[in-house]
Amino acid sequence: MNFDPRYSGRNFASVGTRPIRPDGVDKVTGRARYGADFNMAGQLVGRVLRSPHAHATIRKIDTSKAEKLNGVKAVITAADLPDLTDGDAALYDILDNCMARKKALYDGHAVAAVAAVDARTARQALKLIEIDYEVLPHVTDVDEAMKHSAPVLDDTIFTEGLEQEPVKPSNVTKRSQYGHGDIHAGFGQADYVVERSFKTEQTHQGYIEPHACVASVSADGTADLWVCTQGHFVYRQHCAQLLGMEASKLRVTSSEIGGGFGGKTHVWAEPVALALSRKAGRPVKLVMTRDEVFRASGPTSATSIDVRIGARKDGTITAAEATLRYSCGPYAGMWAELGAMTAFACYNLANVRTVGYEVLVNRPKTAAYRAPSAPMAAFAVESAVDELAKEIGMDPVEFRIRNAAQEGTRSSYGPVYGPIGIGPTLEAAKNHPHMQAPLGKNQGRGMACGFWFNFGGQTCTDLNIGMDGSVSLAVGTVDVGGSRASLSLVAAEELGIAYEQVKAVVADTSSLGYNDMTDGSRGTFSSSMATISAARNAIKILRERAAQMWDVPVDDVVWENGHAIAKGEKYGNLAALSLREIAAGSGKTGGPIAGHSELVADGAGVSFATHICDIEVDPETGATRVLRYTVLQDAGKAVHPTYVEGQYQGGAAQGIGWALNEEYVYGKDGRLQNPGFLDYRIPVCSDLPMIDTQILEIPNPNHPYGVRGVGETSIVPPLAAIANAVSNAAGVRMTHIPMSPPRILAAIEAERGGRWSK
Amino acid sequence: MAAIAVSTTINGDNVEYLCQPDETLLDVLRDRLGLTGAKEGCGTGDCGACSIILDDRLVCSCLVLGAETEGRRVETIEGMAHGDRLHPLQQKFLEHAALQCGVCTPGFLIAAKDLLAKNPDPTEEEIRFGLAGNLCRCTGYDKIVRAVQDAASVMKGA
Repeated sequence: MNFDPRYSGRNFASVGTRPIRPDGVDKVTGRARYGADFNMAGQLVGRVLRSPHAHATIRKIDTSKAEKLNGVKAVITAADLPDLTDGDAALYDILDNCMARKKALYDGHAVAAVAAVDARTARQALKLIEIDYEVLPHVTDVDEAMKHSAPVLDDTIFTEGLEQEPVKPSNVTKRSQYGHGDIHAGFGQADYVVERSFKTEQTHQGYIEPHACVASVSADGTADLWVCTQGHFVYRQHCAQLLGMEASKLRVTSSEIGGGFGGKTHVWAEPVALALSRKAGRPVKLVMTRDEVFRASGPTSATSIDVRIGARKDGTITAAEATLRYSCGPYAGMWAELGAMTAFACYNLANVRTVGYEVLVNRPKTAAYRAPSAPMAAFAVESAVDELAKEIGMDPVEFRIRNAAQEGTRSSYGPVYGPIGIGPTLEAAKNHPHMQAPLGKNQGRGMACGFWFNFGGQTCTDLNIGMDGSVSLAVGTVDVGGSRASLSLVAAEELGIAYEQVKAVVADTSSLGYNDMTDGSRGTFSSSMATISAARNAIKILRERAAQMWDVPVDDVVWENGHAIAKGEKYGNLAALSLREIAAGSGKTGGPIAGHSELVADGAGVSFATHICDIEVDPETGATRVLRYTVLQDAGKAVHPTYVEGQYQGGAAQGIGWALNEEYVYGKDGRLQNPGFLDYRIPVCSDLPMIDTQILEIPNPNHPYGVRGVGETSIVPPLAAIANAVSNAAGVRMTHIPMSPPRILAAIEAERGGRWSK
Repeated sequence: MAAIAVSTTINGDNVEYLCQPDETLLDVLRDRLGLTGAKEGCGTGDCGACSIILDDRLVCSCLVLGAETEGRRVETIEGMAHGDRLHPLQQKFLEHAALQCGVCTPGFLIAAKDLLAKNPDPTEEEIRFGLAGNLCRCTGYDKIVRAVQDAASVMKGA
């Protein structure tokens, strides 16, 4: 059926209200089942053996002693996961990351796994596996890895995207370039030019729930997988392909998910658990420890970025360019490319050029982390924008407003923008009381903008109307932060019934058609579109049934406020039929009533935010305190405003941790030195103030309700906003994230030294 | 290793179990007793997701041995509601949307209950420091603090 996704500007009854989420009670009573909360009869415990070396050839693996240990039911290595990737390089990388094939490529790389009757036996068995490694030189720093002298991780890699084809392999897998106009001419028109280099360290998504799954492969070749994931349909596809199964024979159920932030979009443990179960003939539960989560899952890229921006005296930016180097871990990625696309997306630029380099290093495979790659690019660009405003003598908000992209602007990554929210968030920031609040000694205020794409993708939703008139909504995107509530609101809105009449569930892969990964802020955007479409299909049937009950032509029946109404004076006597009444009679009018929808949710909006923060810096110790924080972001339409606020606040908090604290620390030996929450310190309650939010609603023209994705953009501005605030408070430009006390102190002391020497 | 027989009280019920000498209370609760409300986020006492109350003291159950509960009282998230009546903290967490993914929520509720038992009228700062042993990665803590403030005022009025 044709579905018209265009924005209709309707008045809302349910959408925009703030009811309690349907999965809430289970989550406050401990009843909700997450990845590790599920068990099967006869289940074994799986454990993974990981490389202690950053880079090593695996010469030989001897598992014979482990196999002989009482209670061990299966031991596997890469030999048990033969290469079935059929030339798909990206899938081969996933396979190699799940279980190292020839070389261990980072500290924590899986090399073997066991399944045993209990955890203690499994741990003992790991100790009995003998591996003969040839340790190789390693490189973990992104700039070092680009040098000619660096050890090459993969000698089949020749940089793509260079004008001249390289003759030697290197760690740079790809160069990408974006932009338009004439950079040289643009800088020629500039009265002021700021040029700076920046670095950001690697961080982890830091979800509180470690990866966990239970795999059960039967002797007939069918299998079940229970797993915490952001995309059970994608997991099914990858696992089935890697294990040589038909996808329909593998049923994947997504558990409640204890945080993902992009980090639960790749398979790691799941193919291993399935391979163990297949070999042992019993279900296998595989749960990562926190140490494994840090060493082997996530993280985001470490980066090194050069920015150059020029402007005229009147505050018009004439040219902007950036060179971005992003670490990918040991496998090719497109992380720098995303940085290159997003770096200048907030601005209307005549001349812009960005170049990205994807760099291999001996660190875990980079995974998406909430608006992946954008926060680092925004840190570099927004820091330079602030500095340039200062040189020109303009207020940083006014300078940004003057150069902000608007409807019709050609974006720095290519497309021309529709209606967008960057200007409105900047105006809202300008008028926000936070901007006028007084600051004390050693305190500084910073602000910054951020951009992120939204993704739409393949989406499938079923809406079933029970004979009692209650509605079951089965969706295939994962609920990472309240989407079952927002999708229930949307179903209630479209059908014209009460929110309480709808119950939304996340369906397993055997119960619903394919859905893409829940990423790109797409959960509520795309599944609400599919829900609206499914509800409209159901309404068509409800109208038909009412027409049948009344014996009138269906074209005379309309759907209003949850009722079928016969339009026209001749039907004056017919009382409206409620959804409940039509549902109650469905057995006699043609059977069950349902609406289905399968669509590609095109037309995802783009998303912009502006953040303001106040930071106090202790000049004696370099310690910082976040005094006040405000998020202003366009939501298109906030379906459940409380959860929209939650996304804004959560992204800001993650950004604060990244800006001030969090980093992967590698030793000279290439081993991760802080794989735990004690030494990799994410913000705790006492580190943060309340996080104020302002929701702007600039409707997305390509969604019936105007919805945009809201999940990711909130992590884009914080690094820059905080860097600007710290720089203003400390009187010295900060160029290295995280701005931990030693780095701030060193910057302050260098600045003092500089002043004294003048 | 020989298993140890333990006799204890969990959420008011007398419970007996066998556990290994090196087995944590968290593993006993989750794997032997089916009480999976307490979560393992780290196993090293850094995240608070496995918080329980042991004889009126807030502890990380991953840092307590199963054998240590002999003759003591254990309170877990499963014992917080009375039948179908939620504890005011549970109700306020729902109303304020103080959870997103919800995996840290049982630990936060137990820690907040312990905090309010000791300090029924905490300031915002006291709440923030009182809950600093529990990690949440989703919410930025804003709505958690507000939910605890609201629950405290309800409980004072009760």
